[in-house]
Amino acid sequence: MSSFFTSRLFFISLALVIIAATLPLYVSGYVLGLLTVAFYFGVFAMAWDLLFGFAGEVNFGPTFLIGVGAYAAGILNAQFGWSVYLCIVLGALASVVAGLVLALPALRVRGPYFGLTTLVAVLMLQNFIVVFADLTGGEIGLTIPDVISINAGTNYWIALGFMTISAAILYGLSQSPVGLVLQASGQDPVQAGALGFNIVKHKLAAFIVSAFFSGLSGALLVFYFGTASVGTVVDVAVGVNVIVSAVLGGRRTVLGAALGAIFLIVAGEFLRPTGELATFIVSAVALLVVLFFPGGFLGAALSREARS
Amino acid sequence: MRAFQILIDGFAISALYALGATGFTLIFGVSGVLNLSHGAIMVAAAVAAWAAASILNVGTYAGALIGVGVALLTAFTTYFAVVKPIQDSRRIPNEEKEIFVLTGTLLWGIMIQELIAYFFTNNAKTVLPIVDGVVEILGVRTPRNEIFTAIVCCLVIALLWLLVNRTRTGKAVLAASMNPRGVTLLGLELTNIYIVVWAIYGILAGIAGVLLGMFLGVSSYSVGPLTASAFSIVVLGGLGSVSGSLIAAFVVGYLETLTAYLLSPAYRTIPALLLLVFVMYIRPQGLLGRR
Repeated sequence: MSSFFTSRLFFISLALVIIAATLPLYVSGYVLGLLTVAFYFGVFAMAWDLLFGFAGEVNFGPTFLIGVGAYAAGILNAQFGWSVYLCIVLGALASVVAGLVLALPALRVRGPYFGLTTLVAVLMLQNFIVVFADLTGGEIGLTIPDVISINAGTNYWIALGFMTISAAILYGLSQSPVGLVLQASGQDPVQAGALGFNIVKHKLAAFIVSAFFSGLSGALLVFYFGTASVGTVVDVAVGVNVIVSAVLGGRRTVLGAALGAIFLIVAGEFLRPTGELATFIVSAVALLVVLFFPGGFLGAALSREARS
Repeated sequence: MRAFQILIDGFAISALYALGATGFTLIFGVSGVLNLSHGAIMVAAAVAAWAAASILNVGTYAGALIGVGVALLTAFTTYFAVVKPIQDSRRIPNEEKEIFVLTGTLLWGIMIQELIAYFFTNNAKTVLPIVDGVVEILGVRTPRNEIFTAIVCCLVIALLWLLVNRTRTGKAVLAASMNPRGVTLLGLELTNIYIVVWAIYGILAGIAGVLLGMFLGVSSYSVGPLTASAFSIVVLGGLGSVSGSLIAAFVVGYLETLTAYLLSPAYRTIPALLLLVFVMYIRPQGLLGRR
């Protein structure tokens, strides 16, 4: 852990954050808005990587956790008029509770079964949002009266700060003894269990941490957008983006997941002139990375550093 | 009369679900591959059949054949361009191959979906049915197409059963699902068996896709829900168990039809999802699954 502060990765991350922090001084509001969304997605991807990369469980339902946080915060603000910051905190807590409810049955099963249970959670949440349209706004979406700020620079700095702090915590956690146990249980659950570690307890903890950051990020995103809709925070397609980000950036690296998310969002925007083919091209690039550089961006860079 | 209508409609939709899920479960049973581009292959078949019949005017039969052919080609591409490279890769650790196959086929499915949306728009397409008109059975007016769909699904599943249990190729496939290493010791090439399985899968997914296109219509938006429903049915039945997924297909099909008729079409999928969570909780390996 202490070696991290002298590693090249740390200095590169630090430099990137400093450069990113100065962007509002010379970049247009449009670019800032794009990056703001990308940073929140970065947290989604890092939270997902903590569970997947380290505990070896494919969670197909990142948007269940994101969506619960986003909608809980949005509904409390829109229907009850509670203040923004209280709503954000409660949104994150709602996500933790939802994560617990999901984790209890889901962690009993492994592999594809776990994947399916989490996928079903997303489909159920979608159905409930549509069925309880009076409360949730249904298919049209929920309009949120309050926002954190209308200033693009402020929103950007909040998102950047939030992502940086989340990255520090999640990365620290992944390198801590708890992270190592998770990693071991992901690779060989039987042996890790035989060493006396309570795997289920560790995974449950990872799930809850993942849920907390996903929900917090989802709630913040809602107060940035000023709206919550199935298409932006719950849809399976959003979950696919989160998963692809983490694999693209490099699984088990946490920081790579954020890089992957930023790349995915920015690349999607750059490819907008290609019209409907944008998603095709992004998916094709992601598939090529999966096939030829399975370590992802950061995985490839780190292994080169290790070799030299 | 209403009960009879539910019985008929439920049977047709369940049979279609069963056919749609059978290929998916077969591949998992034999090679452990969960193909998340499944929905995309079904939609590709339906859209190809629609385009051939409606744009190129080749007729409904030839259109249906072209649809199945496209599904077969797509299935082969999925295997050779996505699944096999991942399985053969030395850079991916063995214990992570399953996850990479999931991610790879997921991305591949999105690519197919986007190509369909690009060339044929997102609009829903209904494939011209091979038989049309309506018959009245015991006072219930039923489209002939619905009966045709149910019969074809049952026939194809019966043929598959014969193929797997009564032919040499089928027995090799069955053996490979039980003990891949043992099969190679007998001098059979595993890759050849996988190619046969992917061919069977392509044809099954193609027929299911074309029938779905005739019965309910499809669009590029159907890709995700189709994959998800095949996935749920297969897990509910027990991964790798063909008879399990047949039972699960009928349970889900009838549950959905009952909900749609008795409550509201808006709640259609909810009871089936609840049931799935419930089964996962008490019997994680599915109805007839092996652990």
